[in-house]
Amino acid sequence: MAASSDGVMLSQDECRRLFGAVQQAAASLGASDVEALFGAHCAALTRFANNTIHQNVAEQDRWLSVRVIVDRRTARATTNRLDADSIRGAVEQALALARSSTPNSDLLPLPEPSLISLTKRFDEITAAATPAHRGQAVAEAIRIVESAGQTAAGIYSTGQSIEAIFNSRGVSAWHAETMAQFSITAMAGDSSGWAKASAVSHSAIDPAALARSASEKARLSNNPQEIAAGRYTVILEPAAVLDLVGQMFGDFSATSVNDSRSFLTDRLGTKLFGDNIDISDDVAHPLQAGVPFDGEGVPRRKLMLVDGGVPRELAYSRSSARRAGVEPTGHGFPLPNEVGEAPLNIVIAGGSTSVDEMISSTERGVLVTRLWYIREVEPYDKIMTGMTRDGTFFIEDGRVTRGLRNFRFNQGIIELLCHVEALSPAVRASGEETFDMVVPAMKVANFNFTEVTRF
Amino acid sequence: MKQLALEALDSALRPGVTYADVRIVESRDRELGTKDGKPSQVSSDESAGIGIRVLADGCWGFAATDDLTRAGIQSAAALAVDIAHSSALAKKHDVTLAPETRHEATWISPCQIDPFSISVEEQLALLTAIDDELRRTPGVTLAQTSMVFHRNRQVFVSSLGSIIDQTRTFSGAGFEAYCFKDDQIQKRSYPNSFGGQHQLKGYELIHQLDLLKHAPRVAEEAVALHSADHCPEGLFDLILDGSQLGLQVHESIGHPIELDRVLGSEANYAGMSFLTLDKLNHLRYGSDLVNAVCDARIEHGPGMGTFAFDDEGVPAQSADIIRNGQFVGYMTSRETAAAIGEKRSNGTMRATSWARLPLIRMTNVSLLPGEQTLDEVFAGVSHAIYMETNRSWSIDDKRYNFQFGCEIAWEIKDGQRVRMLKNPTYSGITTEFWNACSAVANRDNWVLWGVPNCGKGQPEQVIGTGHGASPSRFHNIKVGAAYGG
Repeated sequence: MAASSDGVMLSQDECRRLFGAVQQAAASLGASDVEALFGAHCAALTRFANNTIHQNVAEQDRWLSVRVIVDRRTARATTNRLDADSIRGAVEQALALARSSTPNSDLLPLPEPSLISLTKRFDEITAAATPAHRGQAVAEAIRIVESAGQTAAGIYSTGQSIEAIFNSRGVSAWHAETMAQFSITAMAGDSSGWAKASAVSHSAIDPAALARSASEKARLSNNPQEIAAGRYTVILEPAAVLDLVGQMFGDFSATSVNDSRSFLTDRLGTKLFGDNIDISDDVAHPLQAGVPFDGEGVPRRKLMLVDGGVPRELAYSRSSARRAGVEPTGHGFPLPNEVGEAPLNIVIAGGSTSVDEMISSTERGVLVTRLWYIREVEPYDKIMTGMTRDGTFFIEDGRVTRGLRNFRFNQGIIELLCHVEALSPAVRASGEETFDMVVPAMKVANFNFTEVTRF
Repeated sequence: MKQLALEALDSALRPGVTYADVRIVESRDRELGTKDGKPSQVSSDESAGIGIRVLADGCWGFAATDDLTRAGIQSAAALAVDIAHSSALAKKHDVTLAPETRHEATWISPCQIDPFSISVEEQLALLTAIDDELRRTPGVTLAQTSMVFHRNRQVFVSSLGSIIDQTRTFSGAGFEAYCFKDDQIQKRSYPNSFGGQHQLKGYELIHQLDLLKHAPRVAEEAVALHSADHCPEGLFDLILDGSQLGLQVHESIGHPIELDRVLGSEANYAGMSFLTLDKLNHLRYGSDLVNAVCDARIEHGPGMGTFAFDDEGVPAQSADIIRNGQFVGYMTSRETAAAIGEKRSNGTMRATSWARLPLIRMTNVSLLPGEQTLDEVFAGVSHAIYMETNRSWSIDDKRYNFQFGCEIAWEIKDGQRVRMLKNPTYSGITTEFWNACSAVANRDNWVLWGVPNCGKGQPEQVIGTGHGASPSRFHNIKVGAAYGG
């Protein structure tokens, strides 16, 4: 759909021009401290099930979100109408809300500009991907699964987005990126297999290879057997690590710690996990995606969240940083908000053990492809519950011997990260329970399966 | 809006297109919140756009845009048709739709007090008063409050000739008190967790919730949980409050009866369902006391799933789902109804916004009230555990095995609360659980709860659903397995 001459749907120049209109409206209404966030996306998704494309969609939207500060009060008004009257209306609305609010002693003035290192994450070919391109790739993936006597379901999406922030003190930051995702489930009667990948460029994704992988998992897990729930050595493939361990990173928020609702409350700097656990937040990592500045326009800096099993650093917004007497790290969410900040570019350092080597070194254990419906049971031990899904296998005497019925787990993440026996090299992983991260596969002892389901 | 929608429909009806519908939606939101006595959320949002759905070459195409100029709409219509043609690259059969008649209607949901007419000062003053009250209790380490209001007007037109103009207003509010002490984080919420109660009402809902009155009790319970005993592990008679039972209905009845899941549409993401077609009219879903409906009509109540017409122009209906324990119906769309030979959709297609495709979504999936008083539900067994207010929820991708955690529980002996219990959880298999239902409280205790955060579809759509429920009792349920092992 509509894109500017440089192929991006809301260019930096257009954002700058629109911010001029925002400032002009604010000035005419007596407000001088004003911030504008801009967003736009143009995305398409081809969805398939029962070996046919059943849903096929595209959407385009652009929005402007205006925040004003008046007498230590702040409020935000958002609109997806970018004409002059709507822009003025958004400024008026933000001002009216701010003036109706109560003063907040924690509120800081708008920030001054900082130097932001930009990372190119825009692939023109992915931005221009057509329905026919996605349809052909999906048709080939279906052919692979169907030829194995199985049924395929999944998605292939491509799209572009921009995020920008401008404020009346001179902050001016703009970021564009593309993203492609392919996910496939192969179903074979009483079993299933799954694979997924995401990347800035669709050329980095091989739908046919993912289809073959999902199909092979479905074949291998045919006729799944039930074994008793209990403590097992598990090998969690990267997507399973992502979706489970990924649940803890909201707790690496200084605001969450200050609120005493993080499992890191009173624990920062103490040894919580095994020596082999190193975790950083690094927006510049080559396998990462995302915006290099935060919701106030502060550049994201790299954080060493966990160093040798010791939680070291937290993410700070400007407000939480001032409270703690430290520098902001560039992880704040747009204001006003109640959660403060969070690291969003997680990189869990990998090791050198392949999944095959993990399997061959396991006398009795469970190989897990994917986890599902993960929710927090207990917040301070960080016990999470959820299910295995789409490819759960028994390992006996160093080899995968059969598919298993799916388990429910109730597993503390702190405990899990104390029992990691091996790590694979880290990869960009994509699941369904949290955002994409760079993570390894993990071999974990004493993983707690508490129940077995019917399939 | 109507004229624009009709122009879009004309634009979409190109050669080869056998059906098209168009939705233009204008929405408005207000969100307010406090945290420890300070405003944490003061924001508004407005959005407008158009979604165009076409059937061409026997396949679906959908395109949505915020560009409501003539050129923008024509471009979106052309894209929708192009997408439909590309869908034919992997086609097994032509889509068939169950018949539907033409409808022309305008409907505005009941709203006694326009929430957007109430000043932000007044709304924030109420939240601040609640926040202050929560923090008055020693031991409370964090207090949070919230209020949300949403209104959308949607004009739907279709190639059947339907023109349907609906405006709906939703309100929601709630609060939470946290207490961190001795390596434990405990929390209590009112009137429900995760944002409180949400209904298709105006500001009258906020008055009805009587939020301030409940703040002291909720704060005291959050603190008291620290000295409560841990909920024991074992098999117990279990009594659930209405809000938790509403979520149990959502997860273990509402999702499994979505016919698109049953037929495989969600297999890659939300999953499928144990309710395969052979189980219709044959499966004993629950005990005789279990009666469930899917009801989008205003007569059922002002739920998050209440409307006059769904998003493919089918009138709101009430469909029996479980009758005296027997499984008797699915939620359907025009396409899925046709796929199983039904004569008509029962009207459950909904989209979260103009930008997304309508999918089968729970409307108001409710457990109908029983005949027992609340006292009879509690006194019907000599020993039970009563759990209140959801804390965690999880269910497998075919909706068999579930586990829920609640914020608080009490041990019940001879109908009386004898001790508070912390960290309660229970788990089971869906049909075993519902067949263990031994008492359902009457209509005096029945509330149409709102679940504002139901996710489904790719790209994901988060929508609100309604669930009527009254406190109910279940026999011999597994409690505490989450902390076992």
